[in-house]
Amino acid sequence: MSSAFPGLRLTDLTLGYDRHPAVHHVSGTFEAGSLTAIVGPNGAGKSTLLKGIKGLLPVLGGRIDCGAWASSALAYLPQQAEVEHDFPISVLDVVLLGHWQTIGMFRAATRAMRQQAEDALAAVGLAGFERRPLAALSVGQRQRVLFARVLLQDSPVILLDEPFNALDARTTADLLALVQRWHGEGRTVIAVLHDLEQVRQYFPRTLLLAREVIGWGATAETLTREALLRARAMGEAWSETASLCVRPPLADEVAG
Amino acid sequence: MSGELWTTLQDAAVGSFGDYAFMRRALVACLALAIGCGPVGVFLVLRRMSLVGDAMSHAILPGAAIGFLLGGLSLPAMSLGGFVAGLLVALLAGLVARMTRLREDASFAAFYLISLALGVLIVTLHGSTVDLMHVLFGTILAVDDTALLLVAGISSLTVCVFALMYRPLVVECFDPGFLRAQGGGGGVIHLLFLALVVLNLVAGFQALGTLMAVGMMMLPAATARLWARQVPGLIAVAMVIAFLSGYGGLVLSFAWNLPSGPAIVLMAGVFYLISLLVGPVGGVLPRLLPRSHLEA
Repeated sequence: MSSAFPGLRLTDLTLGYDRHPAVHHVSGTFEAGSLTAIVGPNGAGKSTLLKGIKGLLPVLGGRIDCGAWASSALAYLPQQAEVEHDFPISVLDVVLLGHWQTIGMFRAATRAMRQQAEDALAAVGLAGFERRPLAALSVGQRQRVLFARVLLQDSPVILLDEPFNALDARTTADLLALVQRWHGEGRTVIAVLHDLEQVRQYFPRTLLLAREVIGWGATAETLTREALLRARAMGEAWSETASLCVRPPLADEVAG
Repeated sequence: MSGELWTTLQDAAVGSFGDYAFMRRALVACLALAIGCGPVGVFLVLRRMSLVGDAMSHAILPGAAIGFLLGGLSLPAMSLGGFVAGLLVALLAGLVARMTRLREDASFAAFYLISLALGVLIVTLHGSTVDLMHVLFGTILAVDDTALLLVAGISSLTVCVFALMYRPLVVECFDPGFLRAQGGGGGVIHLLFLALVVLNLVAGFQALGTLMAVGMMMLPAATARLWARQVPGLIAVAMVIAFLSGYGGLVLSFAWNLPSGPAIVLMAGVFYLISLLVGPVGGVLPRLLPRSHLEA
């Protein structure tokens, strides 16, 4: 499965809201099987880039290329705020949604799928929580549940938007171990993160983003002092009166 | 005195249904309404759209009035008109929410007010106040076979559609971003759900009137939140309470010659108030009980 995934190639990609770019002329490749952290100041377009890759935002310019894979097959975990936490649903039902690509809106979940969901819960340290209501869980436990759902999706690409926000050290460590496991299984994992120490320790590759690419490569070479300063200096450049962006297309696009 | 009261109630509670066909029909209509309105109300509450039900019940009025003008006091004409008007308001509100910066609740409010004013205008210009009272407050005691078929049909359809769209609807309420990420479909589900809301209000308005129809939908659903913890339980409790309200309202209305619509909704209100006090899931009294905390 993951061997057939060609990697994610961005070509001169611009994404944004209402014509104002939040991600501006980004080119580069997330190699198949790579583990990449996306780092950058607030407003740098990190979440926007993930949404764009996932196909949730219209592309204002350029291309996202991931071979024959449909964007709906990519697993995506948005920032925590987007789930209705006090909805009366059981933990097991939430995890079972990870089978959506197989069962869709109407087909039944099989006994084997239930077993897989229970195994996924056990893998995130929540064995025995199946029948509990989601509303009764702590923030950390809820994030474990959502990770279990991602686990079940069994996708070649996993996009995580600030997955460790507001989590304690132990939960973070457990979920980081899961990320390492996905990496070991050859999946392509891309995570938006803020903790630079964590990035240096666990993420081999880094994309330093400040609307444009400041650096993209091996983590140690990307997260240099100068690069970080440069990223920080990026003001929030949204302007009501911004003029049209005219840049020559990339050389290889002209050639191709 | 109390003996007399008891006899009156007993007559109404048991005897009336045996003696009068219109009471039996009204009871069956209440059962059908309860089965349809139960799940609709529960999901309105879960989607934080409790007041949208109210807005929609007003939005139905001009359609029903136009139907009334064209077809007289004909139920099919008024129902069809009401359904079209309600759906139009739902669609317009949804469209405005997507195309402008107004949120859905604001655009709903705007359209239902326009719609309501239009409805009252049409009825007062062309009909007598008695007709207006009929449209606004309904008469479940005058439910005929056509009305019964309509109500039963709508409630059967509602149950079938809910069975089909249950999973996406739950996900659309609880994690709409997930549905979008899995390939979408949330918009269609939302519209389908709004159509069911309108349909069930149309079913209710013959029996309870446009203003009261929403009562049978929202009060049992809000009450259910105090008794059940998961969606299937909520739906079951809402259906049972809606039916009991219907039954109780009919009995009171028969015993003391009260208007049936308000009697039914007030019964639902009584269930709600009692549940606020004693409901095991977050009611007032269970919270006040001095119970020691658990080990874990």
